[in-house]
Amino acid sequence: MSNIFEYAPAPESRAIVDIKPSYGLFIDGEFVDGTGKAFKTVNPATEEVLAEVAEASDADVDAAVKAARRAYTRVWSRMSGSERAKYLYRIARIIQERGRELAVLESIDNGKPIKESRDVDIPVVAAHFFYYAGWADKLKYSGFGETPLGVAGQVIPWNFPLLMLAWKIAPALACGNTVVLKPAETTPLTALLFAEICQQADLPPGVVNIVTGAGDTGRAIVSHPDVDKVAFTGSTDVGKAIARAVAGTNKKVTLELGGKAANIVFDDAPLDQAVEGIVNGIFFNQGHVCCAGSRLLVQESVADEVMERLKRRMATLRVGDPLDKNTDVGAINSAEQLAKIRELSDIGEAEGAERWSAPCDLPANGYWFAPTVFTGVSQAHRIAREEIFGPVLSVLTFRTPSEAIEKANNTPFGLSAGVWTDKGSRILSMANRLRAGVVWANTFNKFDPTSPFGGYKESGYGREGGRHGLEGYLKGEDS
Amino acid sequence: MTPTPSSTASTGSTHALFDDVVRSDSSLRRFLHGLPGVDQVGCEARAAGLGTRSIKTTAKAFAIDLAIRMVDLTTLEGQDTHGKVRALASKAMRPDPADPSCPATAAVCVYPDMVATAKQTLGTSGVNVAAVATAFPSGRAAMDIKLADTRDAVEAGADEIDMVIDRGAFLSGRYLDVFEEIAQVKEACGDAHLKVIFETGELQTYDNVRRASWLAMMAGGHFIKTSTGKVQPAATLPVTLIMLEAVRDFREQTGQMVGVKPAGGIKTTKDAIKYLVMVNEIAGPDWLDPDWFRFGASTLLNDLLMQRTKMTTGRYSGPDYFTLD
Repeated sequence: MSNIFEYAPAPESRAIVDIKPSYGLFIDGEFVDGTGKAFKTVNPATEEVLAEVAEASDADVDAAVKAARRAYTRVWSRMSGSERAKYLYRIARIIQERGRELAVLESIDNGKPIKESRDVDIPVVAAHFFYYAGWADKLKYSGFGETPLGVAGQVIPWNFPLLMLAWKIAPALACGNTVVLKPAETTPLTALLFAEICQQADLPPGVVNIVTGAGDTGRAIVSHPDVDKVAFTGSTDVGKAIARAVAGTNKKVTLELGGKAANIVFDDAPLDQAVEGIVNGIFFNQGHVCCAGSRLLVQESVADEVMERLKRRMATLRVGDPLDKNTDVGAINSAEQLAKIRELSDIGEAEGAERWSAPCDLPANGYWFAPTVFTGVSQAHRIAREEIFGPVLSVLTFRTPSEAIEKANNTPFGLSAGVWTDKGSRILSMANRLRAGVVWANTFNKFDPTSPFGGYKESGYGREGGRHGLEGYLKGEDS
Repeated sequence: MTPTPSSTASTGSTHALFDDVVRSDSSLRRFLHGLPGVDQVGCEARAAGLGTRSIKTTAKAFAIDLAIRMVDLTTLEGQDTHGKVRALASKAMRPDPADPSCPATAAVCVYPDMVATAKQTLGTSGVNVAAVATAFPSGRAAMDIKLADTRDAVEAGADEIDMVIDRGAFLSGRYLDVFEEIAQVKEACGDAHLKVIFETGELQTYDNVRRASWLAMMAGGHFIKTSTGKVQPAATLPVTLIMLEAVRDFREQTGQMVGVKPAGGIKTTKDAIKYLVMVNEIAGPDWLDPDWFRFGASTLLNDLLMQRTKMTTGRYSGPDYFTLD
């Protein structure tokens, strides 16, 4: 679409980031070579290989857990809360100081637009460390006691690499645990830069250990006998496997898994803002969001008007170079994920739903998928039931609040939901009846360290964030 | 939301589509209060989000020249003199005397008693004279005085009339009074274009701004304008966003375009570019034209000129290189 006001490219400079040709593992405060093979991490926007990264073997994971245990017994669990807080505050400040570097690296490795890594991911990462630093010396008021669990094994996904790291590491450290964390194999770079930040903050060796790798490395962490706590964010399938692996052990587990959130728009909603919320709900971070509003439930009486407004809005989304400051939607994180999105979208079409994609020119290289909406979707369609984890919205309609609740809850997931209406009482009654961990009212995809986050049903268990987020890292009042 | 077209004679609405709507105070209220509400937080977040667009190089050069062409160069002071108005008019025609490629502004905006002076200087340059009328800025006068004020400005040669609505009537819910006021002033304007000022700083809520926008568009205003510049806050990005949504939706329903003019408080090129981004992405590129979007401003022009010079020469020159008014 030609426009007289064509925005010139406004790329954020890569020069601020120094990407090394190869990376080792961060164990006991040092970068060490792994004993396993190495794998490549690529820029999903260009398919350029960014670096070679060590794949941690069972022996490497064992070394990391041993280092974490040593640091736990000798240093971290004996340190007073106010001393631990100093380290966390220091880390938070360094994250802010190196915010641009982290944002650029996150966008390069993950494919998300710099606008989001700069304005959402990194500021919220720093906020999490600040928030939990504040808890470190106040644990006796937490309601969960002040005794840490020990060594936490943490496995995080590729959609918010550094933010998920912060969600895991900040509360664990604040409570006095030490950690072995594995970032996703497609997005290890910001976690490795975080390891450097731990060095810069003089964090005692072994308190944070970062081991890179894929599924095997994750399994080694989860099943390691000296791990006291397993925290996982990722797919429901892997979450189930983890639950099986830890069954019969004393390990404490929190799982934050998939979702298929309903974003419910009533006919009295502020429509223009609702359209923004729908767009933000499903196209934020290319839809690579476990709590994405991937099912739009719109009241039949305004369905046509909402769809018209939504399509007009989608046509203004700028898809392309993640480092361009004007990009709204970046690259799909991997070829594998792109294939999955394509497959489910094709199934949607084959099952009879009507597909519409925003008109946009996609770059020739890299992994891209145009923002897409399916109308005429029913509860029976796979695109209404399965998590696509991409920029694909399924639209269903409803006539009464009860029908909206029935459809919204008719899913094995229950992570989040959205309600759009001008009527306060309806927001409250809907929130009470929706079986979802987070219900947003007249907004969507808002994150704050003070607010607990987590799911019902197959979306997992345990809460992260807020006071509730401490529970997963403490032994409890009576211990 | 779409009203049923009516075959009965019009009571003043410029569009037959709204005849039933403006038949009575209660039907008008039903319509205006039936417009989708505005969520304040969401609206402000959207405006702030658009404000983060990064407009560089060619896009910036385009935006600066367009913004200059959209300026209603304004002086509305009790101490205005004929000499000052003549100087302002000269500047409107040739904002940067050192650079003939610099475009002229859209109009100069003055009080009615200065219209003739401005017109004399501007001649056939193509730069319009806009006059504030209807007991600007408070609008507190009898209807016949407001109409006389308008006719006086038009007779003196004003091409555009910037009227103020009766905010007292609006806030007390007498929408039909406001509608009729606008319709009558429009009639008094003759061929002159009518801009309707809401004084959004007094209307306070975004719901009110949306209702006032529809009211003014149904009454036949050519432009809807945020503020007089005499009340704080004057123009803001979220208020202008609501008005741009209104003109966009009005065209969807009627096929008719209405212009938007934020006025007051827009001082820098950076601000102006944020507005243009919003015009582009909310109302659409059709509104990127001085016929459909204006800036009511005085100090903005010099900042635009300084940035323009910086783009062409690579250097900033000091404020002393540009005229004060």
